[in-house]
Amino acid sequence: MADEHDHAPAHAPHIHVTPMWIYIAVFLALAVGTLLTWWVSTIDLGWMNTPIALLIATIKAVLVILFFMHVIHSTRLTWVVVIASFLWLGVLFILTFADYLTRIWQIY
Amino acid sequence: MSDIAITDAAPEPHVHHPFLQHHFEDLGQQHEASTLGMWMFLSTEILFFGGVLCAYWVYRIMYPEAWAMAAEQQNKLYGGINTIVLIISSLTMALAVRNAQLGKRKATVGMLFATLIFGSTFLAIKSIEYWQHFHEGLFPGTNFTWNEVPALAPKVQLFMTFYWSMTGLHALHMVIGAGLLLWMMMRAWRGDFGPEYYGPVEIMGLYWHFVDIVWIFLFPFLYLIHGVHHG
Repeated sequence: MADEHDHAPAHAPHIHVTPMWIYIAVFLALAVGTLLTWWVSTIDLGWMNTPIALLIATIKAVLVILFFMHVIHSTRLTWVVVIASFLWLGVLFILTFADYLTRIWQIY
Repeated sequence: MSDIAITDAAPEPHVHHPFLQHHFEDLGQQHEASTLGMWMFLSTEILFFGGVLCAYWVYRIMYPEAWAMAAEQQNKLYGGINTIVLIISSLTMALAVRNAQLGKRKATVGMLFATLIFGSTFLAIKSIEYWQHFHEGLFPGTNFTWNEVPALAPKVQLFMTFYWSMTGLHALHMVIGAGLLLWMMMRAWRGDFGPEYYGPVEIMGLYWHFVDIVWIFLFPFLYLIHGVHHG
């Protein structure tokens, strides 16, 4: 029954100690992302401003989830829950927008 | 499996880890179950904040000019500094978990304390912003005052309603997080954690990083809307 790959004491959790440099690299990426978001908001890119801000925020969130929250080393069941959360979030957004953003009698 | 078998011959002295709950096979299973459970909770939190964000986007698409003008009421410097402060607190939180995994007791307490300090710094800067907005008349209600473009004032007030509720809910999560940090500091100091058992610090970290992610989205949504429609 025991996991043969487990070098920790018997019955201990399967530990992945993330190397220090990964934490520092993720932190630096998050800081650069923050400065980039701020800088991009000061220049006029027309309709592209919002998608770029969203893209940077999403990349930052994925970095936090994978490395700070250790999802990259989590079990597949955890992956299912994490991915399902965002699928439900997508359902929430898409169905709401399918209603409110298609009311052509309103002027946007 | 063999250790489940009950024999009256030689009752093996079963040494249980003091923090192993009786309904789990071993600490590894307990750790996996608590991680999964925390993610279940976080998925409800994602939808909780998602609901407010969704309403925010419906109105932002309806009233783009008002949203852009309202975002200019925000102090981008305070917002930016707070974003960096919160990212640093996430780093120290991650390092607290790492130290707990390695069984470094004092370093764990130290990193948890650093997280608490940065989290409190965030809340202090947020309080200054709230105080300023309150005195500028930007709190929704009968005393709301914003006269730049009178026709847009009700929509700017709507934006500010989102601003106060979203940042308020976020700040509430931070306050709860600060309480959890104090609790974890106490347990870490007591020497509860080590390579075999660090689940509570890890779970606390998941919560803290989630709150950080919420802010990663709130910062561009509430402070950095590019005003393409005027000027």
